[in-house]
Amino acid sequence: MSQAQEGDGCSLLLACDEDVVRLRKAVRENMIHCGFSLIDQTKMITAASELARNALRYADGGTAFIETLKKEGKPGILVSISDKGPGIDDVELALTDGFTTGGGLGLGLSGAKRLTSEFSLDTKRGEGTTVTIVKWK
Amino acid sequence: MERIPILKMGQQLLVSIQVDMHDKLAMALQDDLTKRIVKDRARGVLIDISSLDIVDSFVGRMISDTALMAKILDAETVLVGMQPAVAITLVELGLTLDGVKTALNVERGMAMLERGAE
Repeated sequence: MSQAQEGDGCSLLLACDEDVVRLRKAVRENMIHCGFSLIDQTKMITAASELARNALRYADGGTAFIETLKKEGKPGILVSISDKGPGIDDVELALTDGFTTGGGLGLGLSGAKRLTSEFSLDTKRGEGTTVTIVKWK
Repeated sequence: MERIPILKMGQQLLVSIQVDMHDKLAMALQDDLTKRIVKDRARGVLIDISSLDIVDSFVGRMISDTALMAKILDAETVLVGMQPAVAITLVELGLTLDGVKTALNVERGMAMLERGAE
């Protein structure tokens, strides 16, 4: 992850579908406040939605953390989704388009990576997974 | 739990998705739609997503599956009203919406379905 000044962050619990809606709203508000374009908002929120749904589907929920960043005067937004699920066995495979272990389309992780400026994944088998995405203006 | 209303227009069914979809709602819609296609002998289904500012792979999957179910029941599906930012994002996401025809709006979508039914 790049060096950046950190701003205020907020946490959201992801326990049900309604929480995904709440997360989208929170990311939206944050990005509007920072002056992101509509298309950037749409891409970032869609990416966050994919990750949040993954946490619900594979890990019975998780926590989302949203933070505004600043780097060289440019605003950025960070969304980090953590769960205490089974972890990802093969990260490279999981990042392949179309690969799914949950009956989905297999586009969530790879899509989130394509839709954002920065993407990082931390996982440990049996302990959980944290995916962090950043969008710079 | 709310259910998404399905309207009948001639031989077509019209569904307007205006709320965020979750599992139960998506399943209820597919259930209701398949029953109505049979009951009303519908030849086409028009799904309007002009109110959706976010379409992720879950919703995309639901739309593709619905189109496939409709096809098995001899009905075509047209997706209308996709917001430009959504279209751009779906391409980047890699979502291809196989088996789903698209049209710009309800009028064009209906015209497409009526042509197809001839």
